Amino acid sequence: MTLRRGVFLSGIAVLCAWVLVPLYLIALGAVGGRDAVNSWPKSFWPAELSLSTITAFMNIAGVWTSTLYSVEAAVLCMLFSILLGVPAGYALARFAFRGAVAFRLVVLLTRAFPVAILALPLTVSFIRLGLYDTPLGVGLMHTALALPFAVLVSASLFQAIPREFEEAAWVFGCSGITAFLRVVLPLALPGIAATAIFAFVISWNEVFAATVLTVRHKTLTAYLLSVLSESPLHVQFAGGFVLIIPSVLFIFLVRRHLFAMWGIANR
Amino acid sequence: MAEIVIDAVRKAFGPVVALESVSLRVADGEFLALLGPSGCGKTTLLRIIAGLETQTSGRVLIGGQDVSALPPRKRGLAMVFQNYAVFPHMTVAENVGFGLRMSGADKAHIARQVAQVAALLQIEPYLQRYPGQLSGGQRQRVAVARALAIEPAVLLMDEPLSNLDALLRLEMRAELKGVLQAAGTTTVYVTHDQTEAMGLADRIAVLHAGRIVQIDRPTDIYRNPATRFVGSFVGSPPMNFLTLPVANGHVELGSLRLASPTNAATVVMGVRGEDLEITAPGTGFPFAVRVVEPMGSHTLLTGSVTGQMIRVVAPSDSRPAPGDVLHVRPLQGHVSWMDAATGAALETKNR
Amino acid sequence: MRNTRLAPYLLIAPSLLFLAVLFLVPLVQTVALAFQADGPGGAAWSTANFARMAGDLNFADAIINTFEIVVIVVPLQLCLALGMAMMLRHVQRGRDIVLWIWSIPLGISDLAAGLVWLAILTDQGYLNTVLNWLGVVKGPQSWLSYETPIALLAAIVVAEAWRATAIVLVILVAGVQLVPKEYGEAADVFGATPWQRFTKIMLPLLKPSIQTALILRTVLAFEMFAIVLSLGGRNFPVLVSEAFTWQYANQNFGVAAAYAVVVMVISLAATLVYLLALRTPPEQR
Repeated sequence: MTLRRGVFLSGIAVLCAWVLVPLYLIALGAVGGRDAVNSWPKSFWPAELSLSTITAFMNIAGVWTSTLYSVEAAVLCMLFSILLGVPAGYALARFAFRGAVAFRLVVLLTRAFPVAILALPLTVSFIRLGLYDTPLGVGLMHTALALPFAVLVSASLFQAIPREFEEAAWVFGCSGITAFLRVVLPLALPGIAATAIFAFVISWNEVFAATVLTVRHKTLTAYLLSVLSESPLHVQFAGGFVLIIPSVLFIFLVRRHLFAMWGIANR
Repeated sequence: MAEIVIDAVRKAFGPVVALESVSLRVADGEFLALLGPSGCGKTTLLRIIAGLETQTSGRVLIGGQDVSALPPRKRGLAMVFQNYAVFPHMTVAENVGFGLRMSGADKAHIARQVAQVAALLQIEPYLQRYPGQLSGGQRQRVAVARALAIEPAVLLMDEPLSNLDALLRLEMRAELKGVLQAAGTTTVYVTHDQTEAMGLADRIAVLHAGRIVQIDRPTDIYRNPATRFVGSFVGSPPMNFLTLPVANGHVELGSLRLASPTNAATVVMGVRGEDLEITAPGTGFPFAVRVVEPMGSHTLLTGSVTGQMIRVVAPSDSRPAPGDVLHVRPLQGHVSWMDAATGAALETKNR
Repeated sequence: MRNTRLAPYLLIAPSLLFLAVLFLVPLVQTVALAFQADGPGGAAWSTANFARMAGDLNFADAIINTFEIVVIVVPLQLCLALGMAMMLRHVQRGRDIVLWIWSIPLGISDLAAGLVWLAILTDQGYLNTVLNWLGVVKGPQSWLSYETPIALLAAIVVAEAWRATAIVLVILVAGVQLVPKEYGEAADVFGATPWQRFTKIMLPLLKPSIQTALILRTVLAFEMFAIVLSLGGRNFPVLVSEAFTWQYANQNFGVAAAYAVVVMVISLAATLVYLLALRTPPEQR
């Protein structure tokens, strides 16, 4: 191995450590036992492995229910994004229609608006509609963030499926709908699943809107933010750890689609 | 089995006209090739027959029934696509049986039919595989099998061989001809490859700029091109064209004196490279050789006559050097005449 | 075929309707909210909210802090991600694993990232343990208080760089994959050095991806607030955390809306700048 190669590989290793070490350290805080959190100086190896900090955290009144609310909002966000976004993506990919460019532009532009500007007035509207302080309300708000993404990604998914597949299905006896269900959908499904997972993560991670739109039925992020200043460190670390686990898992699941999704959603 | 009638079909994409009022009749059981360069409208015409594209005006009749307003699935036809469009998420057997499944055929019938066409196209060993595991040639066979499995009245093929490499293309061409002759299906075959069209078709329709410029048997198209375009598009090397002045109803070329079919100031003489024979000096006309390409079966000579480029197909043992001046003359009766302005073939007296 | 003409509109209608109700309406409402104040005869058009926002003690700090972070973090992330993307091209074995590790932070929320770095940077945290061991500090040391503004800023920058470089990386790697290897090889054959290949071939061809990454990152950096709250509490006001405080703690929706409008205007201006500065002429596509 040449020196150059050695320097290069250590660069790669350092950058991997840069991502992984902080994750290891918060895991240490979360499962290293409660004493470790308050000890000084800190040990870089777990003195014990225990779930006591995590269970203590989950047993705090409100944590478990807010986790459930988070899941509920995220699942709703996922469903809405896919149900609304996939048909629109299909239209963008397969039909040349007046307004297609404008529609794509509107969807792209939504990225330039901060979530704060959407969430604030929705507080008032949601109170009026009875959606305030419900997971459904949070899910709807998060759909507004995830939907543009779902539209663009599914458009690129459908674009990647040759039109001839569909035309062959029509020639061999399918109607528009059966061709979609039998030929296009099965081919697009892995990508759509990845998009759905991404919508879930977007909702699971969102803090601002979730906090502003809830009072008693807080999602996990909203709960953690609201108790940030008064809760002990081990609660915060356990909370951070619980927040991170599903995200990391999901990124692992969609890793194959990550680049295809972003690569084409760019253009 | 059915006859196809295309009646004054026109197609415009916005301001761009893809097809100018095309009319055409394909007889029951006939193999018709639509030949032309890319952008000539041949694929558009095929897709209109399939119902994948809607014509701006005109009618399409299949088996005497006006199908102009019917969706593809109700036209009783099958199609082989350029990139095969073999569904990647279905096995070969499922692909071949797809059309029958869609029409609600019973399982036993589907199984019988799949087995039969699989045998015909020699894809039985792959029936349980997925298309991703097949080579291009094998996928091509699956696409043809899928089309034949439904025993269509009409078979449409859109450049089905263009994605194969040269050797495989030659092999599939012969096999396709054998299989389709046996099936006796009315076939419309789109291609830009004139050798494919010549080899496969009963008749060829040459399209140019949205119009059918000639429709005839392959040999007639080759021998008597209706326009200068057809002559230069069909055949390899393309037909030679010499623009010559007309004097007293004749043109003079070297020691040749030929009767011109027109009294216009100039006329275009068309002659194929293999219809030019090398003669003794003093006969025929002088041909200055610039490039010599030995092709094995023959030697291709490129050079000029009165400053105009022509190609001569000489015997393989003929090896002139670049710079040599040969004398060549056209074979009796193998000269075509075209109008210098329009490029249209002129009636000749010496044919 | 009337229904095929109608089909695309039917397909986009649900999402368009949804975005109108949950995007456009709130947008207009926020702007309206920001420009209205309770007068004697009910709500009236006014700039009172903006006056109150500008008069607030934290406003100037929030503006300065936000820009400081964006100006430091965004270029830092772009360079880091470009470097990582280029390195990835030369990884032969284990590329998928390296790529996965580097993109993990993509799934981590800014709140969680803040908590991760809190564990490291807090008084009795891991950083101080290391510094103590090295003899740089003696005993626990506070880095995240208002007395150490530079350290706090550095902490937030590091946490942001850790969390959000991944998104830039993913966009750039996706862009790099679209650039055929032959271009670089051609340049190589004609005598370009690796650095010239990078600056003359890769960077210009990556411009669309860089543009997307910069727009997305800048907009999101202006939105950052949970990472700041978890690390610095209210010691380090930024624009969105101020909007949050006015809405949530002070229950003053008007001033919160004014902050949101300011963030929106800045975000749109930044997007516009990127669109113009990094546009690819159509004939070069």
